[in-house]
Formats: sequence, structure tokens, C-alpha cells
Amino acid sequence: MPEYAIEMVDITKTFPGVVANDNVTLRVYDREIHALLGENGAGKSTLMSILFGAYSADSGIIRIHGNLVDIKDPNVATELGIGMVHQHFKLVQNYTVTENIVLGMEPRNRWGILDLSKAEKRVRELSELYGLSVDPKAMAESITVGQQQRVEILKTLYRNANIIIFDEPTAVLTPQEIDELMDILRRLREEGKTIVLITHKLKEIKAVADRCTVLRRGKYIGTVQVADVTEQDLAEMMVGRAVKFEIDKAPAHPGPVMLSVQHLTVKDAVGNVKVHDLSVDVRAGEIVGVAGVDGNGQSELLYGLTGLSPVVEGKVFIDGEDVTNLTIRRRIERGLGHIPEDRQKHGLVSEFSISENCAIKNYYLPPYSNQYGLLNYQKMTEHADELIEQFDIRAGEGAGTPAGSLSGGNQQKVIVAREISLSPKVLLVAQPTRGLDVGAIEYIRKRIIAERDKGRAILLVSFELDEIMNLCDRIATISKGSIVAINDQDQVTEREIGLMMAGSKKAEA
Amino acid sequence: MKKLDQNKTFLNRVLDSDGIISVLVVLLGFLCGTILIAMVGRNPLNMYKAILQSLTGYNIDNGKMNVRYIGETLNYSVPFILCGLSMAFAARVGLFNIGGEGQYIMGLTVAQVIALLGPQVPVLHWLLAIFGAIAIGAVWGGVVGILKAKYEVSEVVSTIMLNYISLYLSRIICLHLPGATTYKTANYPQTALLTNSFFERITNNSLLNDGFFMMVIAVVLYWFIMEKTKLGYGMRATGFNKEAARCSGIPVVKSIALSMAIAGAFAGLAGGIVALGSFKYGRVLSGMDNYGFNGIAVALVGNSTALGTMLAGFLFGMLKNAQALMQSKQIPKEITFIIQGLIVVFIALRSGLKLYQQWLNKRQLQKEIMKEGVAK
Ligand SMILES: Nc1ncnc2c1ncn2[C@@H]1O[C@H](COP(=O)(O)OP(=O)(O)OP(=O)(O)O)[C@@H](O)[C@H]1O
Ligand SMILES: [Mg+2]
Repeated sequence: MPEYAIEMVDITKTFPGVVANDNVTLRVYDREIHALLGENGAGKSTLMSILFGAYSADSGIIRIHGNLVDIKDPNVATELGIGMVHQHFKLVQNYTVTENIVLGMEPRNRWGILDLSKAEKRVRELSELYGLSVDPKAMAESITVGQQQRVEILKTLYRNANIIIFDEPTAVLTPQEIDELMDILRRLREEGKTIVLITHKLKEIKAVADRCTVLRRGKYIGTVQVADVTEQDLAEMMVGRAVKFEIDKAPAHPGPVMLSVQHLTVKDAVGNVKVHDLSVDVRAGEIVGVAGVDGNGQSELLYGLTGLSPVVEGKVFIDGEDVTNLTIRRRIERGLGHIPEDRQKHGLVSEFSISENCAIKNYYLPPYSNQYGLLNYQKMTEHADELIEQFDIRAGEGAGTPAGSLSGGNQQKVIVAREISLSPKVLLVAQPTRGLDVGAIEYIRKRIIAERDKGRAILLVSFELDEIMNLCDRIATISKGSIVAINDQDQVTEREIGLMMAGSKKAEA
Repeated sequence: MKKLDQNKTFLNRVLDSDGIISVLVVLLGFLCGTILIAMVGRNPLNMYKAILQSLTGYNIDNGKMNVRYIGETLNYSVPFILCGLSMAFAARVGLFNIGGEGQYIMGLTVAQVIALLGPQVPVLHWLLAIFGAIAIGAVWGGVVGILKAKYEVSEVVSTIMLNYISLYLSRIICLHLPGATTYKTANYPQTALLTNSFFERITNNSLLNDGFFMMVIAVVLYWFIMEKTKLGYGMRATGFNKEAARCSGIPVVKSIALSMAIAGAFAGLAGGIVALGSFKYGRVLSGMDNYGFNGIAVALVGNSTALGTMLAGFLFGMLKNAQALMQSKQIPKEITFIIQGLIVVFIALRSGLKLYQQWLNKRQLQKEIMKEGVAK
């Protein structure tokens, strides 16, 4: 018995309108990496929140190292040696790395005075032991997303966690950072830690996990030895049908130029030039991908195109019309769609219901508003119901569910559904499948291609080369705010793009 | 143990419902007030007698009924409710309107000016004065909104400054009005008054006036704009998540400026109603009436909803009317301020209550672990 580090038996948890966990059992061996797999809304985050004490289960028992426990709040979980690395980091921006790590349990010297040097030493030790390189004195706001995640891991280690839960840790990382994280996970296991890993990326499961438990619609489906199964098997187990990873797509039939970006220069909030003299055209009926390492101006490019940031120099045309100086709303009216990178910040109003969120870009137009400015909630609900059905959005209380209570993947589906339903001429897409399960990814990719075939011009930004190679007709590689080269998808290899992303011209590759 | 579990979910449920919290907080405020009165050696029952009388007009000590008290309570409530709506409207868009007081004073001043100098045509005269009050309130709030939206000037700072500017500007203006002494002006002509002879008749000559209808219209309008119009939709979205609203094309700059103007209009209306409804002459203010500031508390207690703000405003109006009655019953009237203050503090302590809940849970766990240890 005590060989299990975690035993969660017959856990049930209901939210209004949904059974998030329905008699779920999870058994994790000591010193293993255990993957938790399931569709969007399958109940993975909920199950882990119960283990971490953020929610309490309606029924079921939890044993940690064989002892029956009652984890009523996260403090209890910490005392039991359970740590969690959340998907959205919770660092205090103007504190140093060390200060963030010790927050709440600051070491004190004999006179009860804060002793940061002692803490720094311990942080250094831990980061060396586990290969988590990060400068203990750096300010939290100045480090990369990948490093912030390491700080979160160090935080759990500093609190002596020996069970660490990762909720979709790779969704926010670049491919390089993902590889590094995989090494860190292995290292943690070697040092005797037990790890639960939630991810939608089957490749990662195959790469690091020992065993994998699959959930579907809140129910326990099974636990498998990862070495014994293929990615295809895992996908089938989780969705309940065969899933296609490669998308069939007909060759593009590009029409006239719909989006034309000419010599664009955009600065970020603090005034650094992030996009410099960038030009690219997107034609109707084609998907142009922007490939690049995170932080090379992709976000600012999108901000400049949508109007979120002012354009310093250059011009943007939609269907031949100069929109450079138009407001965001006018650009939307001219046919600009946008699936934003940061769904919490830009994509959704989490207090609003799904139906209100679906209408947020055209609520002021008929049929949602009449000529007197009165809203028609019924029309909004009808529209939302349609999208919920079409895009298989799993929501406890239908169109009235507050967007904030949806699972991460379902929030993303709401945004994608809204933007596609607005049938824009030009669709800007950033990380469309971030946080989605394989079934949903398949569906969303198909929809994006279907939009292309309807004659939309699509600009896709993604850090996943897979996605770019899979979806795009032409690929623009971006480095330091400028485009290195634009290639047809079939004229270039992943390796060549990787080299260009690092800054070298294709000819040299 | 089962029972404790139920308690926990009950506490959770309570913490999740803003309405229930407000009611509990009000009760808690009164409880503390009661204890305080007892501590200073007076009979707390007298406070409740005074409150009963201001609510129903019934004097329990001599069994007499005087409906005038009901009228006064309602009349006192009107500016509280309107200033509450002012604060609440801005709050729903994510702004903190401390300037209700200044907007109120400007409304009051303009209403007095028009009342004394405007055309003495029945109906038109007071209508003009009220619209003047609304308009100046909207301008006073709108300026803050534009500063905030265009130049990112904190609305907290600019409204506080405008409050003082309003007070002294009002004094300068009113000292030049006909018949002005250091504290009052000449009487208004009859056509400027808001008196409602029907209300006077049924409430035994209380000061309750047409302003009551205006308040009701304002409450309905508030609800209607917020929940039913596209304007309100944009404002709510801006208040909840400004960045997402902006990204979705909602003109947040306009929303912010406009919401402050509307907030100011509510407070300005309050000023106009007090000027023409509760007084027969213009006042040269020597200090603030504090309706604007109390509006902040009213909106807090009312959770910035139309209905909640109205109920909270009635509560404040009732307490104000009960003050005189309390004094006649040897209860210091300051007790009502203490109760109001406590209510606001308790509302703010909501997150504290959550901490308490966590603490309870923790203690519960410790007990269980100990029990288990014993069992083993
Ligand atoms: N706080 C909440 N209130 C109401 N319903 C909730 C809440 N949290 C989760 N749910 C619902 O419970 C279900 C399971 O959600 P959960 O977040 O556990 O899914 P998930 O497996 O993590 O999905 P994803 O992969 O999309 O993150 C969903 O239907 C979700 O809408
Ligand atoms: Mg999740």
C-alpha cells in the first residue's frame, strides 16, 4: 500500500450543472511521473485543485503515502508536501526571485529579522540540485516566462514539496523551453519527487511520463503504462474515437491581397521598437504563418494590426482600404477578426456569460441591439446556443454560464467560435490551439482551413512549428521584429525555419 | 462533524451572495450600535422605538400616529439614493467617484440660481432648475471622466479637488444672489418649489415632494441603462475587463468619460432636489451636506445594483430621520453615524470574513487529525 504516493479514491465533485469529477480514482506511485490526460473540461484541473485543497470534494477519500488525509485548504497541502505549479503564474512583479520564493515563510535570524542572504543561499542550492538555472537576485518582472515557471517550481521545492503538480506547464513555453522543462522533470524524479503532469501534448507524455491516467467527461477511463501505448492509442482513449493528427487540406487557391502590411514599425509599452519595417501580404484564401521564437515582435505585430498599439510608421490595408489610423471598432467593422494570444487579458470578460461574450464585438448592431439602443438578450442566447452546439463547448449552465467558470480549453473555444462566426475578411490568429485537447485541436484546425477555403485571408502566429507546417500555405519567419524570409510551405523544411528563426538567412542555411 | 461541514457550505454560500452579506452586515452594525448604547448606560430599546417611529410614524410611548415621519424618512432618502447611484454608476465602469459631493453642490447651486433668477412660469421654472442641476452635475463629472480617459488623471485626485472648488465656487455665486446674507438668500418664488400638495396632504405636511418621483425614475433609469441598453453593455464590459473591452472594439475612453458624466448627473439631480424640495430659500453653504460622501457608503452596501442602492439609501434616510427622535429619547444621535460607519467597515471586512472561514477549516482539520490519532 504505502508504495502509492497519492491515492485519490472515488472522488466526486459537482459544480452547478456539471459533474466535474464522477467517481474518479487516481493512484500515483512514489517517484513516478504520472500524466493526467483528458479532453477540455474533462475535470483534470478540478481533480488537482481538490488534491491541492483549493476545492473540497463532495465525496471520496485521499491518501498521501498511505495516510488518510483531509486537505481542506492549500496550507494543509503544503504541510503534506504537495506543491502545485499553476498555469497562470502568481509572482509579485517587483520582488526579486528570492523574495518571491520565500514569500510567506521568510527565514529570520536570531533577532527575528528577515535574513535574505540565507534564503538566497538555499535557493541557489536548490536550483543547482535540480538544474533550475535562474538568478536569485533578478526581478520577477524582468525574467522570461520559462524562468518564471522555474521560480514557481523552486517555490514548491523551498516548501519541501515531494509531490509536485503541474497544470499544463508547457502551454506557455517555447519549444526550447519545453525541452528544458522535460529535463527538469526527469531530474526531479531522479531526486525522489513524485510528479503529476497535466498536458494535452501526447508527445510530452511519451517523452517523460511513466504512467498515464485518462479522464473523459468527468469519468475515469483507465490508467496505462506509457511505454505500452502509442500516441494514437492515448488520443483514442481520451476522445473515444480515432483522431487524425495530420490535417488533409487541398492546395490553396489564393485570390486578391486582403491584408497588406507595408513597412510597419511598432513600439512596445515602454517605447522599444519591437517591429521594424515589416512588410507582408496575405491574400484571400491562404494562410500565412508567422514563425519565430517568442518575443521577436509577434505580439506587437498583432497589436499594430488590430489597433491595440499605435503604429509608429508604415501602413496597414484591409481589402485595399488604409486602416492604419482607424479605431479598433472601425477595423473590426472593415472585416478584421482577431483570436488574441492572451485569452484572459484580451479575449474574454470572465464575469460575462458565454452569450454576452459571443456578442462582445457586435452587440451594438442588429439583431443584438435595435435602433433605440436596446439589447436583445434572446438573440444573443440563440446565437450562443448555436456556437455551443457547433464547437462542442462544454458549459455547465449553457449560454448563461459565466465565461470565467469554463475550463481553459473551453474558454479558448468560445473565442474561436466568436471570431469565426463573425466571418471576417482577414483573420489574425495567435496560438489558436493553446491549451486545447487533441480532439478540439483537430476540429479548430479544420475550421481554420474551412475559413481559408471560404476565401478568408488568415495570418497565423504560433510558436509551435508543427502547427505552422501543418496549417500554413506560406511561412514568414520573423526574427528581431523583421521578416527574415517568406517561403512556400512545401519549399522549406522545419530545420531551415529553425535556423532562420535564430536569425540566419535562408541562403546560408 | 457532519454538521460542521454543513456550516461550512452555509458560510460559503453566504460569502458568495452579495445581497445576503449586505443584509448581515447591516444587522451586525445595528447589533454593535445596540451594545454601545447599553455600554453608555442608556436603554437600547429607545433607539428601536425611534427607528420604528421614523419608519411607520407610530409612537409606541404614547400610542400616537403621525404619518409625517414616513414622509420625512422618504424625503431624506432621496439624496442618499441619488448620490448612491452616482457612486454606483461609476463603480460599475471601474471608477471611484469621490466627487459626488462636489457634483451635488454644483447641482444645488445651479438650481438655486435658476430658482431665484429664472422665468417664473409654473412647471417650466422648476423643470428648468432641475435640468440645470442635472446638466452641471454631468459637466462636473464629465470633466473628470475626460481627464481620466484621455490623460489618465486619477479620478480620485481630481474629484477630491473639485469637491473643494465646488464648495467655494458655490459660496461665491450664492453670496451674489438676491437677498443674500452670510447663510441664506431671499425666498424662492412659488413657481420654483417642488412641493406636492398630494404628498403634503397624505403625510401631514411633511417635506416630501416631487423629487421622490424623480428619484424613482432615476433608479429605474439606472437599471435600464445598465442592464438593457448597448451603452450599459459597453460600460459593464469596461468595468469588468478594460483590456478585453478595448480589444473587442468597445470605445472604453468614451465609456469612461460618459459614465462619469452620468454619475455626475445623478448627484447633480440630488443637489437640485434638496435645494428646491427641502428649502424655501437658497442656502449659502458653509460646509458640505455630506450626501455625496454618504453615497459612497450607500453604493457599497447596495452592491452598486439599482435595487440594492435604493434599499441602502432608504436605510440611511431612515437613520437620519431617526436622529432627532433619538435625541429626544436620550440616545446620542451620533450613534447613527457609528452604525453607518460600522456597516461600511464590515462590508470592507468581507475578505476578512473569508480569512476567518479558512481559519475555521484549519482548526476543524486539526481536531480531526487529533481524533484520528486518539483512535489509533
Ligand atoms: N469554479 C467552477 N464553477 C463552475 N464550474 C466549474 C468550475 N471549475 C470548473 N468547472 C467546470 O467543471 C468542468 C471541469 O473543468 P476543469 O477545469 O477541471 O477541466 P480540465 O480538464 O482542466 O479542462 P482543460 O483541459 O480545458 O483545462 C468543466 O465543465 C468546467 O466548466
Ligand atoms: Mg484545466
